[in-house]
Amino acid sequence: MINRESGIFKTTYQADMAFFRVPLAQWTIGIVLVLVVIIIPLVADDYWFGAIILPFLIFSIAAIGLNLLTGYCGQISLGHAAFIMVGGYTATVLYIGVPHMGIPSVPFLLSVLGGGLNAALIGLLFGIPSARIKGLYLAMATLAAQFTLPWVVSRVTPFFVKGGLAVAGGDTLYPPASYIFGWQIKTNMDKYYVSLAFLVVLTIFAMNLARSRVGRAWIAIRDHDVAARILGFDITRYKLLAFAISSFYAGIAGGLLVFFYFGVAHVGEFGLLLSIRLLAIVLIGGLGSILGNFYGVAFFLLLPIFLNRTLISLGDSLGIYVSTGITSGVETLIFGTLVIVFLVVEPLGMAKLWENFKDYFRLWPFSY
Amino acid sequence: MAFFLDLLVNGLLTGTLYALIALGLVLIYKASGVLNFAQGVMVLLAGFLVALLIFLGVPIWLAVALGAAVMIGMSFLIERFVLRPLVAQPIISLILVTFGLSLFIEGIQTLASNIWPVYTLDVGIPRAPISIGNMTILPVNIIGAVLAIILFGITGYLFLNTQTGRALRAISDDHEAALSVGVSIKRLWVIVWGFAGTIALVAGLIWGTRVSVQFAISDLAFTAFAVVILGGLDSLAGAIIAGLFVGAAENLAAGYIGPYVGGGIKGFFPYLLMLIVLWVRPYGLFGREIIERV
Repeated sequence: MINRESGIFKTTYQADMAFFRVPLAQWTIGIVLVLVVIIIPLVADDYWFGAIILPFLIFSIAAIGLNLLTGYCGQISLGHAAFIMVGGYTATVLYIGVPHMGIPSVPFLLSVLGGGLNAALIGLLFGIPSARIKGLYLAMATLAAQFTLPWVVSRVTPFFVKGGLAVAGGDTLYPPASYIFGWQIKTNMDKYYVSLAFLVVLTIFAMNLARSRVGRAWIAIRDHDVAARILGFDITRYKLLAFAISSFYAGIAGGLLVFFYFGVAHVGEFGLLLSIRLLAIVLIGGLGSILGNFYGVAFFLLLPIFLNRTLISLGDSLGIYVSTGITSGVETLIFGTLVIVFLVVEPLGMAKLWENFKDYFRLWPFSY
Repeated sequence: MAFFLDLLVNGLLTGTLYALIALGLVLIYKASGVLNFAQGVMVLLAGFLVALLIFLGVPIWLAVALGAAVMIGMSFLIERFVLRPLVAQPIISLILVTFGLSLFIEGIQTLASNIWPVYTLDVGIPRAPISIGNMTILPVNIIGAVLAIILFGITGYLFLNTQTGRALRAISDDHEAALSVGVSIKRLWVIVWGFAGTIALVAGLIWGTRVSVQFAISDLAFTAFAVVILGGLDSLAGAIIAGLFVGAAENLAAGYIGPYVGGGIKGFFPYLLMLIVLWVRPYGLFGREIIERV
C-alpha cells in the first residue's frame, strides 16, 4: 500500500501488533473499500465484470491459499488445480443434492463451504508425503494429485448424478441458479458482491494467520525445518495444517469458479496449466506476500487480454488475418518468456519491486 | 497367457522410450539440480522440426542432422539465459523456470504449426504391425527399443569411462568441490542439455512416427517424471529399470484392471506406482538417500 512509515513511532505493543500500523494505511484501505464496494459496480460494465473482475477475485482466493502453503510454509504444490476441481465438484454436487440416494440439496453458502472442506481433506491426504520428503520429490508427489484426481472425479461424479459408474459426459455438471436466503444471485454484480465478501473474509483470515503462532511456525519451517523442530514446533502437524488450509482456499475458489465464472463443472478446465499458472502468480506476485498475490493475479489476467487485442489490431493495421492459433501461440510464448525473465531479474516478485519503489520514496525528497 | 505376453512385450517396448527420456532427465538433474519440465515439449519440438524439414523437401538424413543441431544449439541458449542466472536459487524457482521454458518452446511450436500445419512424420519406418506368434508389434517400437538400448550403452560408457563422465559424477556429488578442482560446470551443462536434446530428438522421431506429431506427445515426459522419481532422481540405472517396469506395469494394468473401472488409467497409473514407492522409499528405488534427522 501507499504509505510512508517515516516519522511514525509506536509507543504501545498494541500499536505494534495492529492490523494497519500506519495511519495512512487506514486511509488507503478506506479508499480501496469505497472503490470496490461503490465505485467499481457503478463504473464497470458487464464485460469487465465477466472477463476480468470476477476471475480476479476468485483466482485471488486460490492464489492466497497457495501462497500460504508455498510462500509461508515453503512446501510446493503442483496439484492445486486438482484441489480447486474437488472443491468445485463437491460444491455443485452438494447444491444439486443426490435425489436417488435421498440426500436433499444443501444451501448455497454451505455447499461452497463443504467444497472447501472436502478439498481440504483431499489436500491433507496428498500433503502426507510432505512428512518425509521435500523439494522435487514433494513437488512430484503433489503432481500425482494433478494426474490422479481428475480420473477419480470423472469416475465418482456420475455415481452421484445418475447412479451409474460410467455415464458418457457424466463428469460435466451444470450448477442450477444459486440462492442465498431466497435472494437469487443472477447478475454479474451480484456475483461480484458475493465473491468479494468471500475474498475479504479469507484475505483477513490469511493475514491474521500469517502473523499468528501458526504463521510464525510456517515461516520457521520454510526457513529452516531442522531449526524449527529444535525450537519445538511439531513440523509434520504444521505442514499438514498448511496443506489443509491451502486446499480449503482452493476448494472455496473452485466452488465460486464453477458457480460464477465457468458456469459448468468440467474436468478439462482444471488441468496442469492452471496449477502452473497459480504457482507463477504466487512466485511472480511475491512469495510470502498477500498483497503481491493481487498484483500477480491482475498481471496474469490482464496480460492475455492485452496481448490478444494488440495482436488483432496489429494484424488489422497490416491487413493480415490473425487466427486464434497464432494468438494462443504468441500468448504462450510471451507468458513463458515473462516467467523466465521475472525469475532471472527479480526472483522475489512484484511485491519486492514495489518495496524497492517504496524504499526509494520513503525519505523522498530529503533522502540524505 | 498370449494376452499377458502381448501386453508385457508391448509395455516393455514402450518402457524403453520412457527409460530413454528419464535418462535425459536424470543427467540434467545430476548436472544442474533441475528437474526439466520442458523435456516433453523438447520431444515435441524435435519431432515437429524433423517433420517440417522433411515436409519442406529436405532429405531425411539431413533433416535429422539439422534437428539435432538445433537441439544442441538450444542447449547453449538455455545454459546462458536460463541456468546461469538462476544458480543457487530456491528449488521452486528452478521448477517454475523449466515450466517457463516449456511454455516458451510450446509457444514457438504452436506458432510454427499454425504456419506450416505438418502432423505426419515419415522417416521411412514401416507402419504395418508385424505378428510374432500371437503378438502384434509395431516395427517402430522395435526400432525405438533398439535405438534406446544403444543410447543406454553409449551413456553408460561415457559416464563411467571418460573425463566428461567423471566430471559429471563429481558435479553431482558436490558442486563446489568439483569447481575447485577445475571442472567447468558451464561446459558440462551445455553438454548435458545438448545430450538431453538429442535424446528428445530420438524420442520425438519414434513417438512422432507412432502417433502423429501433435501436442499430446509431450505427455510422454509426464510419465517419465514418475519414472525418474520412482527410480530415484540421481540414478541412471534406476531410470532404466523403472522405465521398463512402469512401461510394463501400466500396460498390464490397462489390460487387466482398465475394463473394470471404465478405462483411462494409463494416464495416472505411473503416478500411483510412484506414490506407493515414495511411501516406502522416500528417495525412490535407487536414489541417493539424504538423511536428515530432527
